[in-house]
Amino acid sequence: MSNPITEQAVADAVTAALAAIDAARDSADLKAARAAHAGETSPLAQLNGAIRELPGDQKAAAGKLVGQARGQVTQALAAAEERILVAEEQARLAAEAVDVTAVASRWTAGARHPLSLLMEEMSDLFIAMGWEIGEGPELEHEWFNFDALNFDEDHPARAMQDTFFVEPAERHLVMRTHTSPVQIRSLLARPLPVYVAAVGRVYRTDELDATHTPVFHQIEGIAIDKGLTMAHLRGTLEHLARAMFGEGAQIRLRPNYFPFTEPSAEMDVWQPNAKGGARWVEWGGCGMVNPNVLRSAGIDPEEYQGFAFGMGIERTLQFRNDMNDMRDMVEGDIRFSQQFGMVV
Amino acid sequence: MRVPISWLGKWTDLPEDVTLEHLHAALVKVGLEEEDTHGFPLTGPIVVGRVLSVEPEPQSNGKTVNWCQVDVGESEPRGIVCGAHNFSAGDKVVVTLPGAVLPGPFPIAARKTYGHVSDGMIASARELGMGDEHDGILRLAELGLDPAPGTDAIELLGLDDAAVEVNVTPDRGYAFSIRGIAREYSHSTGAAFRDPAAAIAAPPVAGYPLAITDAAPVRGNDGCSVFSVRVVRGIDPSRPTPPWMASRLRLAGMRSVSLAVDISNYVMLELGAPNHAYDLGKVDAGGLVVRRATAGEPLETLDGKARTLDAADLVVADAQRVLGLAGVMGGAFSELGDDTRDVLIEAAIWDPVTVARSVRRHKLPSEAAKRYERGVDPTLAPLATARVAELLVELAGGTVDEGLGALYDASTPLAPVRLPLDRAASVIGVPYTRDEVIGTLRLIGATVELDGDIATVTPPSWRPDLIDDVSLVEEVARITGYDRIPAELPIAPAGRGLTRAQSARRRVAQTLAAAGSTEVLAYPFVADAVAERYAPGAASVRLQNALDPNVSLLRRTLLPGLAEIAHRNLSRGLTDLALFEIGTVFLPESGVAYGTDFIPLGAARPGDDTLARLGAGIPPQARHVAGLFLGEVTPKQPGSAAVASGLADALDAARQVGLALGLEIRAVQGAHPALHPGRTAELRVGDAVVGVAGELLPSLAAESDLPRVVAVYELDLDLLVELGAYDRQATPIGTLPAATQDLSLVVADTVAAGDVQDAVAAGAGELLEHIRLVDDYRGPGVAEGAKSLTFALRFRAADRTLTAAEATEAKLAGLARAAELFDATLRE
Repeated sequence: MSNPITEQAVADAVTAALAAIDAARDSADLKAARAAHAGETSPLAQLNGAIRELPGDQKAAAGKLVGQARGQVTQALAAAEERILVAEEQARLAAEAVDVTAVASRWTAGARHPLSLLMEEMSDLFIAMGWEIGEGPELEHEWFNFDALNFDEDHPARAMQDTFFVEPAERHLVMRTHTSPVQIRSLLARPLPVYVAAVGRVYRTDELDATHTPVFHQIEGIAIDKGLTMAHLRGTLEHLARAMFGEGAQIRLRPNYFPFTEPSAEMDVWQPNAKGGARWVEWGGCGMVNPNVLRSAGIDPEEYQGFAFGMGIERTLQFRNDMNDMRDMVEGDIRFSQQFGMVV
Repeated sequence: MRVPISWLGKWTDLPEDVTLEHLHAALVKVGLEEEDTHGFPLTGPIVVGRVLSVEPEPQSNGKTVNWCQVDVGESEPRGIVCGAHNFSAGDKVVVTLPGAVLPGPFPIAARKTYGHVSDGMIASARELGMGDEHDGILRLAELGLDPAPGTDAIELLGLDDAAVEVNVTPDRGYAFSIRGIAREYSHSTGAAFRDPAAAIAAPPVAGYPLAITDAAPVRGNDGCSVFSVRVVRGIDPSRPTPPWMASRLRLAGMRSVSLAVDISNYVMLELGAPNHAYDLGKVDAGGLVVRRATAGEPLETLDGKARTLDAADLVVADAQRVLGLAGVMGGAFSELGDDTRDVLIEAAIWDPVTVARSVRRHKLPSEAAKRYERGVDPTLAPLATARVAELLVELAGGTVDEGLGALYDASTPLAPVRLPLDRAASVIGVPYTRDEVIGTLRLIGATVELDGDIATVTPPSWRPDLIDDVSLVEEVARITGYDRIPAELPIAPAGRGLTRAQSARRRVAQTLAAAGSTEVLAYPFVADAVAERYAPGAASVRLQNALDPNVSLLRRTLLPGLAEIAHRNLSRGLTDLALFEIGTVFLPESGVAYGTDFIPLGAARPGDDTLARLGAGIPPQARHVAGLFLGEVTPKQPGSAAVASGLADALDAARQVGLALGLEIRAVQGAHPALHPGRTAELRVGDAVVGVAGELLPSLAAESDLPRVVAVYELDLDLLVELGAYDRQATPIGTLPAATQDLSLVVADTVAAGDVQDAVAAGAGELLEHIRLVDDYRGPGVAEGAKSLTFALRFRAADRTLTAAEATEAKLAGLARAAELFDATLRE
């Protein structure tokens, strides 16, 4: 019997195998090709089996010949497998494509109220300067809201505060008309020196319209130390103004009157980036803390002095963010807050 | 305070080309803030005309118009149609010629009307903006004028004048006058100031009987410190107010009434000294009395209102009756009439507090009271009566009764103030020189005496507000200019940052917003019915002067405000809402009398006991966080159906609040008067009740115009912050494999799943790492009245890989605990 393991037979088997492998387009094709050309009944397996029948001196050469051929087919199979896996994954990815502009959302955006965001931003500036944020009740005793702040019971300035009184008025409770009672509370509660800002809700008997609301918010600052002057007041306000309105911001002070400060000033801010062009805007009131206020807190005005200032949050938001109607800030229409989201 | 330019220019030097902008800029520098401007919004040609002829022409509509020929100083008269009839040929009138514009704006053109071309218009005082009182044509003879035809009527009538309006702060009463504003303008610009008070000759008078008493001084101050009387006889009550005075008064915001009254007002505005004119014939010959009223005494004030006086009111009276409320308003009885010929002029200085209290008591603010409340220069009273008398003589034809007058003066000079000369520099931070300090104080009228570096400063009589060193320092800073103050940043000691509560509140707000809720800030005012609905029987704080008397309570809960805002959004077509608010609620206890029956004095620290009483008198207030959901939490989208919002969202939001604070917030079945009885959860941290979640009672939702399902939650944020997790210690994380098992058990359907879960967890012991309810089944296979609960359990040991048997043993231990507590059985 002649040797069946001819070079030609091996080459034919390899050629057939490679052709089948190459023709495989998917895993099924490849599986069939693997069974037909590398399986137990495949021509190369049969040739391999035939080696056993050969005379001993021919076994080595035939073994080498068939072994190389089988190696070649195995390699081709591995390469084809890789090729098909990649192709199949690509096809799958292509099939899985979605219109990302139409993916259903499982989340709805919420929003902070811009007034809250602004109060937090301004508070942070004071925290950064080493100040602390003081607090006090919105329903206050008249002493904290007026008398301790040098508002005489019969002074026109007290009547000008448009106060909400709590029933019965003879019990002297009011809705605080400004955040200034926190000045007194801070001075009574803290060791000197005191550098405190207060932010929160205040109340005046103004009907709601485009520029007024009976419930609004203020931020207030008081600093009591040795040797503080009105220059320190201006420096603090300018620092705040630059942080809020940009490097070009400036502060202008105009004489005014408040019972709790002397000298007192109205402050304007130069808003360099205002929509419609840079401008001066009225921002708030300030001054050197009246000695009577210090006395109300048991502080000797000969030893300590300092400054205080306050501004409306609504007003600040109005001119800083170009909001023309106060009603938008109080009505709770979700579209108002949602235009800002988490950043104002 | 409104300041006509021509009037101001009489007492200080204004630039030739003075503008309203210039005046505002100059005055704001010294603290008189810009408020407004006023003028007569008309332009010429508006000239004097002499009516040559008037031909009445009856019209088909029943009206009669006059076809007039009017000489306006041109070569030919003009033909003008006029509908008014109160003039005749020969009268001098005001003619607005084509091209003129009257207030309105109302442009005048030659126009065809009633069959003629009317070449202009004959104007009424109303049309010229001079007054609203009468409709008829303005006849210049009525004003005592007889100018030539063609004369510019705008200038003639003072209609070329204009005024600035400035805000006068309540400490500076003197600036409610031309005198005060002129002085301030002079301080601001350096222009000369001529004191109108110095221009008045005020001869001493006597002979008029006065009785000034005060049986009940307020806060130790007598009600009246100065009282001046002069008498002018024989005025002609028919004399008109000259146009220059009428125009100034009008620009100053006052109506022209009659010559004598106008003079009184004019002097008040010019000097800042209120004064009052009485019909001498109506005053009892026994003279004037100043006293406190007796309670219940009647007075009809000039505004025609009958008032009942209080024993604390100060009055001017005679032997018969009360004639006026001191410093506030005169009485109707002694008012000047059309036939008044003899006038008693009174100017007094009243105690500011007495006046302020009468104004509040009678809700009767007046120009006089405004000045008295802020302080009137006491030296002005005799000058004011002299000036009024002088003008009554000059303009009304009267003569001063030299023998009848009085001056009571018990005023005390202002106290001198000690001022170290370096005080201004140390308060303001500007190195003022000695000369600047002394010079400025002298400039504002103070007397300065020096003793080394200490000045003794006596304020001028019109500055009762200068009571201490810092008020003098303010004058130095104000007059030398606030723009000189440099900027210097003070260095605060190291701060402690935000408090725990402050940061916690921020985290809560950020978390809720990120999770999909929108922050709102509702007003805290609620109506009685609403308060009763949410907290039946609970006490609420009531405002005495709420803007809406029907909405006068302060909220105990944030929920009504959220419901109202939800409704507002719905009405604007926004149907899917997730809202939250962090706000104050007011929680008085029933039966507690809050507040105090006293107010401690200012300018001194109250004792600790007093401070404690003030503190205890303030009703409890807490910060809450609350939220509301309605509509859909996620809308219908491609491939996914809409998800309606409901209780689950409220509970999740409450848990999110817990997350922000490091707390686990758990729900147990609860009850709330405003919430659905079967869909209300009490929210707890440990054993502490921290809030509530649920669906609004459908009936309440309907009353609030909201859909049937409205899910809400409310948490006591202050309490949560107090309970909040701080300084937490870490638990080691097990890394060995976990064993997971499901447990299905059957319990009565009245048993809360959460309780069963707690029992299983407790029974399963420490191997149980996590438990979750995955199913609640009722139906075939489970008995009526029972339910099958399925829990997914995850077990893990820290030191070994658990066997299935160990996990099963733990699971069955859990079941055993549930069986013990709730008769739970394993579902087959």
